[in-house]
Amino acid sequence: MSRKLLIEHAEVPGITSFETYRKHGGYASVEKALKTMSPEEVVEEVKKSGLRGRGGAGFPTGMKWSFLAKPEGVERHLVCNADESEPGTFKDRYLMEKLPHLLIEGMITSSYALGARRSYIYIRGEFMYVLRILEKAIAEAYANGMLGKNILGSGYDLDLVVTPGGGAYICGEETALLESLEGKRGNPRMKPPFPAVKGLWGNPTVVNNVESIAAVVPIVNEGGEAYAKIGIERSTGTKLISASGNLVRPGVYEIELGLSVEEFIYGDNYCRGVANGKKLKACIPGGSSVPILPHYLVTKTAAGTDRLMTYESLADGGFASGSMLGSGGFIVFDEDQCIVRNTWNFARFYAHESCGQCSPCREGTGWMEKVL
Amino acid sequence: MIKVTIDDVEIEVAPGTTILNAARQAGGDLVPPAMCYYSKLPGTGGKCRTCLVEVAAGSTADPRPMPKLVASCSTPVMDGMIVKNKTSERVHTNRGGVVEFLLVNHPLDCPICDQAGECHLQDLGYEHGSAKTRYREERRTFSPIDIGNKIKLHMNRCILCYRCVAVANQLTDSRVHGVMHRGEHAEISTYIENAIDNDFSGNMIDVCPVGALTDKTFRFKSRVWFLKPYEAECACNKCSGKAVVWMFGNEIFRVTARKDKYGEVETIEDKTAWICNDCRFDKKDPSNWTLIGPRKIDRHSVISQGKYATKNDNNPKLLR
Ligand SMILES: Cc1cc2nc3c(=O)[nH]c(=O)nc-3n(C[C@H](O)[C@H](O)[C@H](O)COP(=O)(O)O)c2cc1C
Ligand code: SF4
Ligand code: FES
Repeated sequence: MSRKLLIEHAEVPGITSFETYRKHGGYASVEKALKTMSPEEVVEEVKKSGLRGRGGAGFPTGMKWSFLAKPEGVERHLVCNADESEPGTFKDRYLMEKLPHLLIEGMITSSYALGARRSYIYIRGEFMYVLRILEKAIAEAYANGMLGKNILGSGYDLDLVVTPGGGAYICGEETALLESLEGKRGNPRMKPPFPAVKGLWGNPTVVNNVESIAAVVPIVNEGGEAYAKIGIERSTGTKLISASGNLVRPGVYEIELGLSVEEFIYGDNYCRGVANGKKLKACIPGGSSVPILPHYLVTKTAAGTDRLMTYESLADGGFASGSMLGSGGFIVFDEDQCIVRNTWNFARFYAHESCGQCSPCREGTGWMEKVL
Repeated sequence: MIKVTIDDVEIEVAPGTTILNAARQAGGDLVPPAMCYYSKLPGTGGKCRTCLVEVAAGSTADPRPMPKLVASCSTPVMDGMIVKNKTSERVHTNRGGVVEFLLVNHPLDCPICDQAGECHLQDLGYEHGSAKTRYREERRTFSPIDIGNKIKLHMNRCILCYRCVAVANQLTDSRVHGVMHRGEHAEISTYIENAIDNDFSGNMIDVCPVGALTDKTFRFKSRVWFLKPYEAECACNKCSGKAVVWMFGNEIFRVTARKDKYGEVETIEDKTAWICNDCRFDKKDPSNWTLIGPRKIDRHSVISQGKYATKNDNNPKLLR
């Protein structure tokens, strides 16, 4: 059974309250970072941890943080991407709903590392009830001196704001998210300049996924090196996987990266196999935007080696015979499912959600839907 | 200055220059086509993807090729970068794909479109398009609407380049002209179909690469290739008064700004020579203007007659 660094306490009664969360070791990373570490040291730990962005692209978080421009006298921001709209992905919602204080704790520690004094959580518009949970938790954090002026007597001030989006998939793309946060139409911006140089309100900004920010908590508590020991190669630490489709036990799982796909689908501690004794037909391992794998490429790569739940192994074979870990939206199809119908369903989604700026996507997704 | 090689031509440009602008500095036929980028309008580019090029080497420091084709209008050059445009088979195929996408919803109503003969999509279609369409599904359709009493919008023809939005952004403080809806349903519109009440709104017509925004004082009056363009000047207290008047005999049929070979309004005396609505729509009497001389048009398809006939003879592959 994998170690759980993030959702260990998710089912503890009352864990959404500050008091219970604190009793279970919550906010230790804030104490440790603000009282005993410099911001640079926190960044260094995150670099050592090898943590890669959990929003889909897998870009090393420590490296992203070190790219943040730090001009004198200019405000910086941390923005948490809680827009989670990729079909098949629902781990951020689970994390925020069950452990709102974990995200807030991660936001404080990460904002401290980046020198941000005003940070934002941009949450998907459809998650209104989660927004309420977060708002309540933020108010508790303020009341207990974890947010606001002079946090824990360290002299560090931080304000945290949570804002709902209008419910558009494209607003999960980081620059579209920033546009939307500024109150504009959520169209992606031209890059360069990258958000690290010119982001929210033109200030240097880091955008990170909910899970990436939450992972900073165990990294600071246990040290980057300890975190990096979990996993294989450049896939370190644990990852939340949203398992859905024809499985005996779908749901959100925290796995150690490096677990075999075979074990994840069929293992007793995980999904326990395909539902109703059916055969596996195909699997989309990382959310609707990654390539689909036919059954013979799910547990083995084209070269015949075991397929593992890592960034590298799932991508083995490229677009020809591989896929991607993406955001961890693991969708399983049994032998009765129609792949054409499913592809049409996704095509319809992308046609509906295309922002319409670039011609290949605007015209192409619409055409795809009509052809299917 | 940094060195960049485009289609085997080496040039030196200032750091921060985009690949497209570097190519324009080199000039000639290695310049990628641009349907949305407009050098005089901040914020344009990166949308149509017609300017895609292949980067065979990223820079001297990191000579790896870029895996995907990049939009040349929004990718800055690096020292030692090697770019392929017309020498790249991939660019040729993909640009054909982009043209196909742009034509998915664009009506082939050139015979009744005022833009025919000076339409960038027409040019692009000739150069990179296919003679047949593979699209059999339904097209999105809109009825033409008025944007004020002088401008007509044919949304069916719009390729959503956002250039007119960039013009409008300069003219008004709050956004009254922009894009509504998303994806395939996106459409250009003005706030409750209002006119943009501004003396320079007519410039949207000049930046529109296709026949989506047209001049109501000229609509259906003549094909552009029957008209003779003259460089002309008038005393105007709103704009520079430097324009092109399009004449048939002694009659002025329309007035436009002076545009360069990329279809962009020229810079005259360090200023972009946008013209005002008075000059564009109201001064149709030859006595308003001092004619300077005939205007040479060196790019546009049907105006520079016969260009494509010979081109296709030499390259039969172009008409598939
Ligand atoms: C169309 C599109 C949708 C995206 N949606 C999300 C999303 O819902 N949540 C998310 O965290 N990242 C999303 N991303 C990725 C973000 O742009 C960005 O890479 C990510 O938030 C960075 O955080 P990370 O480095 O912590 O992963 C999306 C990207 C694209 C292109
Ligand atoms: S109306 Fe013309 S200028 Fe405006 S977006 Fe459409 S094609 Fe571009
Ligand atoms: S000109 Fe570069 S994308 Fe349109």
